[in-house]
Amino acid sequence: MAKNILVFIEQRNGQIKKSSFEAVKIAADFANKLSSQAEAICIGNDVEGLDTIGGYGINKVTHYKNTDLANYSNSAYADLLAKHAEETGSDVLIFSNSAMGKDLAPLTAVKINAGIAVDCTNFEFEGENVKALRPVYAGKALINVNVNGDKKIFTIRPNVFKPGEPTGDKAEVNVVEVSDPKLNCKVVELKKSADKLDVAEADIIVSGGRGLKEPDNFKLVEELAAQLGAAVGASRAVVDAGWRPHNEQVGQTGKTVSPTLYVALGISGAIQHLAGMRSSKYIVAINKDKDAPIFQVADYGIAGDVFEVVPALIEELKK
Amino acid sequence: MKIVVCVSHVPDTATKIVVGSDNKTIDANGVTYVLNPYDEIAVEEALKTKEAQGGDVVVVSVGPDNNKESIRKALAMGADSGVLLKDDNYRDSVGVAKALAEEIKAQDAQIVFFGKQSVDYDNSIVGQLTAEMLGYNCVSVAVDLKLDGEKITAEREIEGGREVIETSLPAVITCQKGLNEPRYAALKGIMAAKRKTIEEKDAAVSENSVEILEMKKPAPKEPGKIVGTDSSAVPELVRLLKEEAKVI
Ligand SMILES: Cc1cc2nc3c(=O)[nH]c(=O)nc-3n(C[C@H](O)[C@H](O)[C@H](O)COP(=O)(O)OP(=O)(O)OC[C@H]3O[C@@H](n4cnc5c(N)ncnc54)[C@H](O)[C@@H]3O)c2cc1C
Ligand SMILES: Nc1ncnc2c1ncn2[C@@H]1O[C@H](COP(=O)(O)O)[C@@H](O)[C@H]1O
Repeated sequence: MAKNILVFIEQRNGQIKKSSFEAVKIAADFANKLSSQAEAICIGNDVEGLDTIGGYGINKVTHYKNTDLANYSNSAYADLLAKHAEETGSDVLIFSNSAMGKDLAPLTAVKINAGIAVDCTNFEFEGENVKALRPVYAGKALINVNVNGDKKIFTIRPNVFKPGEPTGDKAEVNVVEVSDPKLNCKVVELKKSADKLDVAEADIIVSGGRGLKEPDNFKLVEELAAQLGAAVGASRAVVDAGWRPHNEQVGQTGKTVSPTLYVALGISGAIQHLAGMRSSKYIVAINKDKDAPIFQVADYGIAGDVFEVVPALIEELKK
Repeated sequence: MKIVVCVSHVPDTATKIVVGSDNKTIDANGVTYVLNPYDEIAVEEALKTKEAQGGDVVVVSVGPDNNKESIRKALAMGADSGVLLKDDNYRDSVGVAKALAEEIKAQDAQIVFFGKQSVDYDNSIVGQLTAEMLGYNCVSVAVDLKLDGEKITAEREIEGGREVIETSLPAVITCQKGLNEPRYAALKGIMAAKRKTIEEKDAAVSENSVEILEMKKPAPKEPGKIVGTDSSAVPELVRLLKEEAKVI
């Protein structure tokens, strides 16, 4: 049974999201391993550089275009996706497990009657069969799953699959003008959180906890983050205390992150916090209690006072 | 207005996960199960909606008998009645959504609240699946919600900001932290909950499409290095990050 693979390319403000290139690379891998075809779909108005996905191994993309599609609309997007999947006979769909992907993939699954495995971090191929690995219980365990049935949807965890350097290949872009998109549910405005980098997307995160003592001292965390080009994260203790906004919380009931570098300042490393960040590639902890559980997952630690160590660290990095 | 809130019954987040003897699910021995933390937010939003608009809040859960504990907790917070859709086996998200959709249709609910995520399998999709099965509008990961007659204005959290969404009833809303502060179940509520009814029926089950082959623990992390105890260790830390880890 030949498979047709379709990957969803996410755009915001006409720019392709970084995690979509990861999804494209995975779709190309699927096509390779399953000896089948892969193509891409993008929904939006003006979208820049769609042909560049050719560099990641997919040479055909259909761009559904309408001014009302510039902003996300789950009703319209899911509608177009499902129709396109039917028309092209696609039986495997790949999304990034981004905010948009998480919303859109399940809606599409119902429309095309597919099984769905989300947040995958690895795939193994055995003939026609794809085994997906995914974290559960906030990463305290992993499961291997099969998706049975004719149609399957996989969403992939951002930041895990590195797409590598693109070749210079260009994809063929097919523009389809959409008339009358189904706008039952529509984004009317985007509110940016003051141009701050989001922990869910950052390559480096500097997080602070109750060890910072008071909200004002978070300027230490912010300064170090700025020095490293990092996003600012927080433990739940300081979010609950109202020192930091909810969207910075890392952990089981906050964001699950896997940056290249995670720096924990004055964070004890409670099980719920570790659950959200333990899959980071490198972890640095600064905590004055040498027995704090955070040191059990840290690659490098300084068992010292944040108010003494962090300013020195900022100075050292400026050198 | 009929308001439904869907709740799951999950291991407390402090649970140390041990893989069970079937190698597919967790060992439930000694594990405390609680109302899913995000579903507390969903219950709160349902109650606030009732307080503003009038109506009835029905709590629905799919799963074994024990799920009644979480239904009871929601009743103690103030929900009016509960429905347990009995199912003793592992059910994938599509299966859970099918059972819920059938019940919600029977209840003829105009607005349905979910948590954004169940902290067991961390799927974050049951609300969206159910919405699409019902043909309802859907806002997931909501951090703000305003109802004005049939009209809904909501904000959902995305990377680096929020989307402001306009849609209308009937709708499914999945609730994220920040949307509200869930109330505590006071003693009076707990007593009152004992007199509220939980209807039980068999869940309309279907075959699972997502089959768990194996559950395992992630590889343990190698213990790291404590480089020092004060700022004199900073140059060495920076050197390690640059030369050994090569991350800065
Ligand atoms: C249902 C539920 C869900 C939860 N979800 C999350 C979640 O998603 N994310 C999360 O983070 N937590 C979560 N928690 C809370 C978690 O259990 C902890 O309470 C929380 O992570 C503690 O935050 P903290 O490390 O900042 O504070 P604390 O545990 O108080 O730790 C502060 C640390 O700072 C150190 N310290 C103090 N002063 C200094 C100094 N001058 N220099 C250096 N170090 C210093 C101390 O040694 C200590 O280790 C959850 C809890 C529950 C019940
Ligand atoms: N077994 C269940 N019964 C009722 N509601 C559920 C069940 N499982 C999940 N939900 C709801 O769906 C939301 C998202 O769950 P999930 O997609 O499993 O992460 C939860 O927060 C609940 O509101």
